[in-house]
Amino acid sequence: MTTTIGLEIHVQLATQTKMFCGCSTAFGDEPNTHVCPVCLGLPGALPTLNAQAVVLATRLALALGCTVHEISEFSRKNYFYPDLPKSYQITQFDRPIATGGSLPVVTSAGRRDIRLTRAHIEEDAGKSMHAADITLGGETLVDFNRCGMPLIEIVTEPDMSSGDEAYEFLRGLRRLVRWLGVSSGDMEKGALRCDVNISVSDDPARRGTKVEIKNLNSFRSVKRAIDYEAQRQADCCARGIAIDTETRHFDEVQGTTSPMRSKEASNDYRYFPEPDLPLLRLDPEAVESQRREMPELPWQMQERLERDLGLSSYDAALLTEEREPAAFFEATLALYDNPKKVASYMGTEVARLLNERGASLGETRLTPAGLAGLLAMVENNTISNTASKEVLPLLLETGKAPEEAVRSLGLEQVSDTSALEALAREVIIENPAQVGQFKAGKEAVLGFLVGQLMKKSKGKANPQLAGEVLRKLLA
Amino acid sequence: MSSAAPRTVDEYRQGVRSRTFSSGEFLEETAGRIQQGDESIHAYLHLRLDAARAEAAHAEPALALAGAPVAVKDNIMMAGERCTCASRILADYVAPYSATAVEKLLSAGAIVPGKTNLDEFAMGSSTENSAFFPTRNPRDPSRVPGGSSGGSTAAVAAGFALAAIGSDTGGSVRQPAAFCGVVGFKPTYGLVSRYGLVAFASSLDCIGPVTRSVKDTAIMMNILAGHDARDATSIDRPPLDFEAALEPDLAGKRIGLIRELGGLSVQPDIEAALEDARRLAEQRGATVVEVSVPHILAALPAYYIIAPAECSANLGRYDGVRYGLRVEGRDMTETYSRTRNAGFGPEVKRRILIGTFVLSAGYYDAYYRKATEVRQLISDEMDAALAGVDALLTPTTPTTAFKLGAVTDPLEMYKADVFTIPANLAGLPAISIPAGTDSQGLPIGLQLMGARFGDAGLLSVANVLFEGLGGQA
Repeated sequence: MTTTIGLEIHVQLATQTKMFCGCSTAFGDEPNTHVCPVCLGLPGALPTLNAQAVVLATRLALALGCTVHEISEFSRKNYFYPDLPKSYQITQFDRPIATGGSLPVVTSAGRRDIRLTRAHIEEDAGKSMHAADITLGGETLVDFNRCGMPLIEIVTEPDMSSGDEAYEFLRGLRRLVRWLGVSSGDMEKGALRCDVNISVSDDPARRGTKVEIKNLNSFRSVKRAIDYEAQRQADCCARGIAIDTETRHFDEVQGTTSPMRSKEASNDYRYFPEPDLPLLRLDPEAVESQRREMPELPWQMQERLERDLGLSSYDAALLTEEREPAAFFEATLALYDNPKKVASYMGTEVARLLNERGASLGETRLTPAGLAGLLAMVENNTISNTASKEVLPLLLETGKAPEEAVRSLGLEQVSDTSALEALAREVIIENPAQVGQFKAGKEAVLGFLVGQLMKKSKGKANPQLAGEVLRKLLA
Repeated sequence: MSSAAPRTVDEYRQGVRSRTFSSGEFLEETAGRIQQGDESIHAYLHLRLDAARAEAAHAEPALALAGAPVAVKDNIMMAGERCTCASRILADYVAPYSATAVEKLLSAGAIVPGKTNLDEFAMGSSTENSAFFPTRNPRDPSRVPGGSSGGSTAAVAAGFALAAIGSDTGGSVRQPAAFCGVVGFKPTYGLVSRYGLVAFASSLDCIGPVTRSVKDTAIMMNILAGHDARDATSIDRPPLDFEAALEPDLAGKRIGLIRELGGLSVQPDIEAALEDARRLAEQRGATVVEVSVPHILAALPAYYIIAPAECSANLGRYDGVRYGLRVEGRDMTETYSRTRNAGFGPEVKRRILIGTFVLSAGYYDAYYRKATEVRQLISDEMDAALAGVDALLTPTTPTTAFKLGAVTDPLEMYKADVFTIPANLAGLPAISIPAGTDSQGLPIGLQLMGARFGDAGLLSVANVLFEGLGGQA
């Protein structure tokens, strides 16, 4: 059985105002508070294009390696629905802003470039709230705050063959849009939405019947829906049951897909060029300068971290998930040149604290200089690695210099031999049995004795020096 | 008020500024004419005379319009006033904002006595397609005023306003201006903002002035023209002084007659008026030449594909969900269907159906795409013809005003737009000026078309002919 999957992804562009009017794009406000004659489609109102939406769309298209077209065209997509106030959506049809391009995806099966068909910009519709969401006697209400939000729709070639691959594609795309500041990529806020096209065939030379799946509200839903649907179609093939070209709805609770009303699939949208908007002409120089100013892309940086700095692919992926930790990592590295140590410390201790606080790096007061200083203090034995874990929360919360934080916590490592000797003597007196074993030649017991000494020093003793002192006293 | 009442904005301004009369006095006289005459003419759909009186009391003589009464077609938004488009579907719709053109008129000191009648959503050539009542021609109330801006042209012709604005998609300002014996101008597409004009066919719709003289057209254009950031099809160009551009004669000008239009059947009195105008142009120093626009006769069929196509999308929003008429059905689809069936008149339905058909899968290439290609061809040919002449001269209409109810075949009605449509398809400026009357005393209109953004030059040519042909009709 061969499974063929293509995705259609809507990404909401992170502009301040809507696609064709000056209304705010703020999420989560009272329904119908960010509306005007234009986004409500009132008689006589006209759309004007948000230039920032075009800049963001161009940035994403360039990063995806698309051909960005100097001239593109808006079209009207006509259909009746209560959340579509003009009865048409302004989108791009014959002449999209970008075609081609690809996104690299890594799965257990290796790295592949998933090719893109096209990317076009369009406006979002409003949000229908049905009886289930509201308590108004079965009525449907519409919130037009979302109506006119700027979107870029990305259509892939049918290049994927598993739910895992689709899942990784979406993760990769979300990482990219966040990296570029093009979108929040938040699926739960509707800033990233995905429809799936899938077909299964028992003849590898022939593609099966295409089925579309809608209502996919998380990356996991996309994967589950594909896994279910691939199995369903494979079963149909095996049992000789014909597969219908249809749109299916994913049921998140059941984990199954079922046919949507066939009416919705048979729309004739009567596309034609939008007469209210002139052709979209991009300034080639502006596009070129966007291309020149393109930052290193996350997968490029990940590769570099692995190749040039010797990081594990796990650490490299973690650091390049978002722009902020990646930049933090590089800034820290400039002050403390030990990539593996910085990466591992960020991936464990820092990540744990951020996780506990539900915060991002930028929301704390930790600075690259702070982290670099802390790691340097561990390295030159000013503090122990254990003690550094007590210092870190203070750096996150206060932004103090690490030296000051260490001092205020009284965590300087004891490297004073006479102080250590006093503690060592106590340890020797309190542990005669182990001392005996050591003297009898059991070297490993020294570790236990060092541990006892560390305990007495409340972790402040320099463990290496403590070992030396004990060894000298027991000689 | 004195017996020498001003007939034009220009005369009115002089009168107000020289304190011969006041804005309030003139408005009162206009209101009196409306109250006496509009019961039979029906130029206005709704009046706002009390508000207008209050505004006239504070009119500012120094402003360009100095408190002159200017009527507004009822498909153009004026905040707080109803905007019905002469349709049952918007019978109670109140404009939540003002069109850019209305804002500009008001800031220039215009006083709006009311909103004028039209063919429903500007679809028609007689104002008989108004859902409320037909407007009658002030020159002969048994006849139509033309359309779709028949309310605006009748109001100006009857003295119910000194000027008006209308919308012209295929001749809707020029054709009724010809029928009513006034001046009607369709500017270059993009010169006057469409923001707040209820869309019929967006790529063709233009707001234009209706006046009693070409000089008044220039006065109105000085106010209406200009870039508007709210209309993406509005063109950003340096401002023009249309009034200052009016020249006294046609020395060195070239005027073209379009060969391909020569064979069309036109009422003989109109042929004669065209010949008079031709001779007059030569007398005033112009050279008259014949030019060719090979595909101009394809303009009519192309228009009646493109305009309905755009209309079918533009009118989809009247679905009963958010505003306007709503007739409940068992489900959403039936509510749409019942609302639109009850809300739209037959001509609007006909065009929505034609437009839906020509855009549908399998027919798009044969109809809509072909029509847009024809449009481009004609536009290029018109540009080429106008590169060699200053203006093209044609009749505005094949006949003078017909009787109410006389034209019932929609196709016959469409065919009468043959002279006016090419300027809309090509986006060019075109004006209809009064040129005498026919044997029954009905006004004749002649059309002049100019080069893209050659609006000021076109008005100058039109003004010489207008005055030479007798001035005010």
